[in-house]
Amino acid sequence: MSDFWRRFFDNDLWWSFKSSPLVVIAFVITIVIIFSSAFATFVAPYNPFDLAQFDLMDSLKPPAWMEGGTSKFFLGTDDQGRDVLSTILYGSRVSLLVGFMSVFFAMVIGIIVGLIAGYSGGWVDALLMRIADVQLSFPAILIALLVDGVVRGLLPKGSHDDLAVYVLIVAIALSFWVQYARTVRSSAMIERTKEYVQAAQVIGLPQPLILFRHILPNVMGPVLVIATIQLALAVITEATLSFLGVGVPPTSPSLGTLIRVGNDYLFSGEWWITVFPGVALVVLVLAVNILGDWLRDALNPKLR
Amino acid sequence: MTLLKIEGMRVEFPSRRGSVVAAKDVNLELASGEILGIVGESGAGKSTIANAVLDLLEPPGIMPQGKVYLEGNRIDGLPIEEMRKIRGKKIGMIFQDPLTSLNPLQTIQEQLIETITTHLAITEKEALIRAIELLEKVGIPEPAIRIKHYPHQFSGGMRQRVVIALSLCAEPNIILADEPTTALDVSIQAQILDLMRKLVKETKVGMIIITHDMGVISDICDRVMVMYRGDVVEVGTTKKILGNPDHPYTRSLISAVPRPDKRLHRFPLVEYIEEAGVPQKSIDISTHWLGKARDFGKKQDALLRVKNLEMRFLTVNSIFKSKRKYLHAVDDVSFDIKEGEVFGLVGESGSGKSTVARLITGIYKPHAGNVIFNGHDLTKLGKGRDANKVRRQMQMIFQDPFSSLNGRMRVGDIVAEPIKFHKLASSNAEVKSIVNDLLDHVGLGVIAAKKFPHEFSGGQRQRISIARALATRPRFLICDEPTSALDVSIQAQVLNLLKDLQEELSLTMLFISHDLPVIRQVCDRVAVMKHGKLLEIAETEDLFESPKTDYSKHLIELMPRLASTPASV
Repeated sequence: MSDFWRRFFDNDLWWSFKSSPLVVIAFVITIVIIFSSAFATFVAPYNPFDLAQFDLMDSLKPPAWMEGGTSKFFLGTDDQGRDVLSTILYGSRVSLLVGFMSVFFAMVIGIIVGLIAGYSGGWVDALLMRIADVQLSFPAILIALLVDGVVRGLLPKGSHDDLAVYVLIVAIALSFWVQYARTVRSSAMIERTKEYVQAAQVIGLPQPLILFRHILPNVMGPVLVIATIQLALAVITEATLSFLGVGVPPTSPSLGTLIRVGNDYLFSGEWWITVFPGVALVVLVLAVNILGDWLRDALNPKLR
Repeated sequence: MTLLKIEGMRVEFPSRRGSVVAAKDVNLELASGEILGIVGESGAGKSTIANAVLDLLEPPGIMPQGKVYLEGNRIDGLPIEEMRKIRGKKIGMIFQDPLTSLNPLQTIQEQLIETITTHLAITEKEALIRAIELLEKVGIPEPAIRIKHYPHQFSGGMRQRVVIALSLCAEPNIILADEPTTALDVSIQAQILDLMRKLVKETKVGMIIITHDMGVISDICDRVMVMYRGDVVEVGTTKKILGNPDHPYTRSLISAVPRPDKRLHRFPLVEYIEEAGVPQKSIDISTHWLGKARDFGKKQDALLRVKNLEMRFLTVNSIFKSKRKYLHAVDDVSFDIKEGEVFGLVGESGSGKSTVARLITGIYKPHAGNVIFNGHDLTKLGKGRDANKVRRQMQMIFQDPFSSLNGRMRVGDIVAEPIKFHKLASSNAEVKSIVNDLLDHVGLGVIAAKKFPHEFSGGQRQRISIARALATRPRFLICDEPTSALDVSIQAQVLNLLKDLQEELSLTMLFISHDLPVIRQVCDRVAVMKHGKLLEIAETEDLFESPKTDYSKHLIELMPRLASTPASV
C-alpha cells in the first residue's frame, strides 16, 4: 500500500493537479456536493419527502437574511413549506444518481460496441458505425423523450412515477453511448496495429482475451475524460427533461424538477425557489467540467 | 582562422526532479574550410550543443555556463532580435528531415527568395538570379525550371539539396548540419556527403556535422568530437579517432559497428555502454525449465518449409472482381529453413519481408501457398488446443521496442502470460520463478518484473521482448528487424544476446533486416527480397563475396564502410 501511495504522489498527474488551484477548488466542490447529497439524510436539516416534517404554514418563506425569513430555513421554503436547502441536497442526490448511472451504462455499451467495431473492422465495423451515425443524428433530448414516451405507453398508469428515475437513466444512456463508441473505435483501430497486439496473437491468445486484457486498458484514457464531461452533460439533460415535465415527479424532486416548480413563482417575487437549485446545478456542472477539461489536458502528452 | 569557439559550455534542462545536464564542459573550435563531426548515441547531447549555439534550446533548456564566440565576438546572451539576424546570415542550418524542413505550400523559389531578401540587401530580381545559381551549385539539374516547383515534386535527395541551397542563401560562414543524411537512402547519402565536402572546400565555410553514424564521420570529417551522456570524451582528427582511439567508449562504439567485410563470432568490447546491470546468472539448460522438452521429436532436415507463398492487399475495391486492384506484397516466395540455422531475409523497405514473417506466424492469412512447420501445414491449421501446441513452438521478436510491449502491464505479467496461457507450469509459484529466471537470463535482473515497460530504455525493452518470446519454450524464433530502432552499441549487445541464446537453446531463427552488415554478422544463409519476390538464396559468405544477381551486387556496393578499422579489433 505504501508503495502505491509513493507511486501516486510521484505521478505527473498528481503534480499537475497540485499546481492548478482552479482544479483543486473544482475537485473540492465536486467532492463536497457528492458527499453532502449522498449523505443528505444526515446533512440536510429536514427530510423534504417526509410529509410529517413540513407545514404549509411555512410555505414561501424567503431566505434567512431577508425580511420575513427565519433562521429555521436558511435558503427559504418552497410553495409547500419544504426547506429549499434540504430539497437541493436531496435533489442533487437524484441528479447525481441519474448522471453517474447513465454515464456508466453509456460507457459500457459504447466501449463494447467500439472495441468490437474497431478490432474487427470490415462489415461489422461499417454496420455498427452506421447505427451510431443514425443515433447521432437525433438530439439526445429527442431520444430521451422517445424512450420516456414508449415506456409511459407500455407501463400501467401510476407505476411510472416509481420507475421514472430508471427510465431517465436508460433514456440518457441510450443517447450518450455513441461518443464512447466512436472514441473507443478509433483508439482500438490504432492499438490493433501495434506490435504488442501481434505479439499476443503470436502467443496464441484468443480474441476476447486480447480485446479486454490488452486493448481495453490502453483505450481507457480518453474514455475516462469523456466520462467526466458527459457526467455534467447527463446532469443537465436530466434537469432539462425534468424541467420539461417528463423526468422525475415533484414528490421526489431532482434539481431540474425544483427549477421547473420554482419557475412558476419567479415572477411573483419568490425567486429563491428556482434560483438556488439553479445555482447548485451550475456550480456542480462547472466543477465537473473543469475537472474533465483538466483531465483531458493532463492526459494529453502533446499539451504537457 | 577560428570561426566558432565554444568555451566551457554547459546545458541544463531543469525539471521538477532536478536538473538534467544535457552537455557539460564543451570546448570546441572550428576553423574555416574545416568539417568537424560530433558523434554519439541518442541522448549524448550532440544536438543540444548546436541548439545552444543558435539560442534555440527547447524550453525549459538553459545554458548556465559557457561562452560562444563567433569570429571573435561573443554571441551567447545576445538579445533575441540580434540572434535572429545571426541565424541564417552567419550560421546556416541543415536539418535531418528534408520533408519537414521545407514549407510544402510554397514553391522553392518563394522560399529561397524570401530567405535571400531577408538577409541580403538586394532586389527580388537579383535574388532570383542568385537562387538559380545556388540551385545549380548544389547540383539540381535545370534550376531555372525546377525553381518553380513545390517541395513534393522533388525526391528526398533533391529536397535535401534544396535545403542545403537554403542554408547557403545568405553566404554564412558556418553551417550546422544535424543528422543531414539520416533520413536518406545509402546511395543518396553518398551523393549529399560529396556535395557538402565540395561546398566546404570551395566556399571556405566551416561545417559542424552532428551524426550517430561512424560511416558518415569517416566519409567526410576532418576532426571528430565524441560525446557520451553529455560529456566530451575525446576530440581528435578522424584518422586518429577511428584508427587509434584513446577512450574506451570510443573504442567500444567503433567495434559495435557491424563489419561488412568479415564475420565475427561476437561483437567485442561492448560492455562499456549500457549500465552494467545485473550479472547474468548461469542456468544449466539441461536441467532447467527452459531446456525441458527441447526434444521436439525426430530431427528434420527442414524445420520450416515455405512453398509458393502469395499475399496481396486490396488497394482499389470494386463490386466487379475484374476491376479490383491488388498490391502483391508477397509474390510466389519459397524457401526452406534447416533445423538450427539462422536464416536471413534482406531487402529494402516495402520488399515484403515483414509480411512473410507475419504470414508464417499466422497474423496474416496467405492468399495462396503453404507454410509447413515441422510437418504441419500451418495454413490449414485451425484453432484450438492442437493448433496452440504447434504455434507455441514459434515466437516472434518485433522491431519497435516501444509498441511491442503493453504499457499497462507489469513486465513480470507480460513474460508470465504465455506460460500461464499455454499451461507450461504447474503452479503460480513455479511461473514466478520461471519468469525471474528468464528476466535474469536476458540480463535484466529479477527486480524488472515489478516495473512497467516505460521505465526501461529501448535496448532493455527489446530484452523483455526476448524474454517473452522464450517463455513459450519456442523452437523457432522470428526476429523482425530486432535492432533497427536501437543505437549501434545497444544493437551489438542485443545481437550478442540473441546469438548466445540461439547457441545455448539450439534455436532455429528467421532473421529479417535491411542492414546487410548485421545480416553478415548473424546469419548462416540469406535470401534477398525485392518487391515481394525472392531474388536469390545463398550462403552468407557466398552472397557477400560473389553475389549472383545485379540487385544483390548493388545492395552490397552501397554498404557503408569505415575507411579504417581500429587496431584493437
